[in-house]
Amino acid sequence: MKVSTFEARLDLEQHHRPMVDKRVSANAAVALVNDGDFVAIGGSCFSRTPMALVFELLRSGRRRLTISRPLSCYEADLFFVTGTAERLVTSWVGIGLRWGLSPVIRRYVEEDLAVYEEWSHLGLGLRFKAGAMGVPFLPTMTMLGSDLALREEVEHVHCPYTGQDLLAVPALNPDVTLLHVHRADMYGNAQIDGYSHMDVDMAKAARRVVISAERIVAPEEILRAPAQTILPHFAVDAVVEAPFGAYPHEVYGRYEADMDHFDNYVALLREYGPDEGVRRYMQDTVMAFPDFDAFLESVGTERLGEFTRSAQELTS
Amino acid sequence: MTNSQVGAVAPRVTPEEMMTVTASRLLADNRVIFAGVGNSLVAAALARRRQAPNLTIVLEGGIIGTHLRPGQLPVSTNEMRAAYGATMLTDISDIFLYAQRGFFDYGFLGAAQVDRYGNINTSFIGDPDAPKVRLPGSGGANDIISLCNEIVIVTAHERRRFVEKVDFITSPGYLSGGTSREEAGLPFGRVSHVVTDLAMFDFEPETRLMRLRALQPGVRVEDVQEATGFELLVAEEIESLEAPTAVELGILRELQGGEFEAEPVIEKGMTR
Repeated sequence: MKVSTFEARLDLEQHHRPMVDKRVSANAAVALVNDGDFVAIGGSCFSRTPMALVFELLRSGRRRLTISRPLSCYEADLFFVTGTAERLVTSWVGIGLRWGLSPVIRRYVEEDLAVYEEWSHLGLGLRFKAGAMGVPFLPTMTMLGSDLALREEVEHVHCPYTGQDLLAVPALNPDVTLLHVHRADMYGNAQIDGYSHMDVDMAKAARRVVISAERIVAPEEILRAPAQTILPHFAVDAVVEAPFGAYPHEVYGRYEADMDHFDNYVALLREYGPDEGVRRYMQDTVMAFPDFDAFLESVGTERLGEFTRSAQELTS
Repeated sequence: MTNSQVGAVAPRVTPEEMMTVTASRLLADNRVIFAGVGNSLVAAALARRRQAPNLTIVLEGGIIGTHLRPGQLPVSTNEMRAAYGATMLTDISDIFLYAQRGFFDYGFLGAAQVDRYGNINTSFIGDPDAPKVRLPGSGGANDIISLCNEIVIVTAHERRRFVEKVDFITSPGYLSGGTSREEAGLPFGRVSHVVTDLAMFDFEPETRLMRLRALQPGVRVEDVQEATGFELLVAEEIESLEAPTAVELGILRELQGGEFEAEPVIEKGMTR
C-alpha cells in the first residue's frame, strides 16, 4: 500500500506519539511493517544502513514489500531472493565498481521477477522531500529530457510566474522508514555525526518511523548538543539499541565498512550463482543467529575493533 | 629513491592514467567540481595537487571540500574515505540543490555507454522493457549532467561504449542535437569535453555532434575511428595531447597508494 501525501497528513493528525520510553527489540520494531508496505531504508549504499533492522526484517518473513533507498547495496539482493520485496525504488544498485554488477539484480530484473524503478538521485531525494514537506510534488530541472522521466511517466508543470517548464516529481510517503543513527534517547530524539544522506526527509515523510542507534543516551546528553539532533521525538515511533547496528556497512566516525565481508558475499554468488549464493548467505549470516548481537559475536570484537580504529583515524 | 631505482620500476602509463591526467588538466583553480568516484575524482584530486590548489571537490554523498587520503581512495561517494578532510558534510538532496542553484562549475562523470550527442546510458543494454543487461542506474549522473555548468565525460574508449545512439538516455547530453537540450527544459549546463585514453572530443557548436579535437600520444585518427561505433566528426585542426609528465604520474600513483615515481614510458599504440 502506498499512501498519498494527503492521506499521510490525515494519518499523522490521528497518530499521537507521546513522550514515553520507546525502546523495543528489533523484532518488535519491525512488526510495524506489514506485508505489501512501502519501506524506506536510511543511509546510502554501504553507509549507515540500519542492518540490524534489515536482518530482522529478512527474518520476519514479510512479503511483497517495496523497498526504497537513495543508493542500494547488496541488501537489495537479499530482499529479492527471499521474496521479502518485489519492487525496488532507487537511483542505483550495487556495492561499488570493484564488485561489478549484481548478478541478482540482473537476473530478477532481466527475467521480470522483480521491478527496479529507477529515479535520478535528486529526483528520488525530492520525492522524499515533498513527502516531508507535506506537498504532493516538487518542481525541478533534474531528469528533464532523459528517458528516466519518460519511463516513470513523470508529469511536467509550468511555473505560474515565469512559464518555465519543470518536472513535477511526485511525493513519496513511505509506510515505514527504518534508520540507523549515532545516538538517540529513549524518546526518539536522534542525533548523527557526519553526512545525513536522505534520512531526515525519509523519516518526516513516513507514516511510521523506527530508528536504531549505536548508543541509547540519557536525555541530558541530547540537550548538550541540540543542533546535532536530526529528528525530534515526535517524529519517531520506536527506538532500538543496536551497537554496530550498520555492520558490515559503515557509520561515520564509528567504524568503516567491512570490504572483506562484501568480497566473501560476491564470491558466494560467483561460486553458487545468484539464488543459491544468496540462500547460503542468508542461512550462514542472517538465519543462523537469533538476533544481530549473536551475529556480531560471530564476527568478533577484535575484527570490529579494526574497523573502529580505521574510522577514528579517518575522522579525528 | 635513486634514478636507477626509478628506471627499474618505470611502469608504462596505463590507459586509465592517460585519460585521468588529460581530464585533470582541464580544471582551473578556484572553481568547484562535482565529481563521481573513480577516474573523475582522481582527476580532480590530481588537479588540486598541481595547477588548482583551491579547487573545491564535491561528492554526492553530501561531501564538500574533500581532500582524500593517499592510498585510501573511496570506492563509494558515501563513505568516510570520501569525506577525508572535508569542510562540510550535509545531505544528498542538499548537494544536488547546490548544483541546481548553479554553484558547481564542473561536473565530471563516467559512462557505460555514450553517444555522439554526449547522452549517457548507465541503465539498460538492449530494450529497456526486456533488457539484455540491467546496469546499476543513474545514481547522481543524471543530476550532475543536468545541473552542473560544464560537464566532462571521462571514459575508456571502446567500440561498445561509443555508440551511434544509446539504448536509453539515463543522463542527457545534447539529446538529439541542435537546441534540443534547451528545449527539453535544460537551459543551463553544457557537455564541454569527452576525454578518453585515445583522444579528446568537444561538441560542434551548431549540431552538437561529438567532434574529435585531440589525440593521445601515439594514437592515429584511424585508431579512434576503429574504437568508435559511429562515424567520427573530425575537427579541421587536430591537436596532440601531451604525455603525462613524471610529476603528474608521481602524484597520481601516490594518490593510488603507490610510492614510486617514474618517467613516463610512451610507446606508439600502447593505449590500444
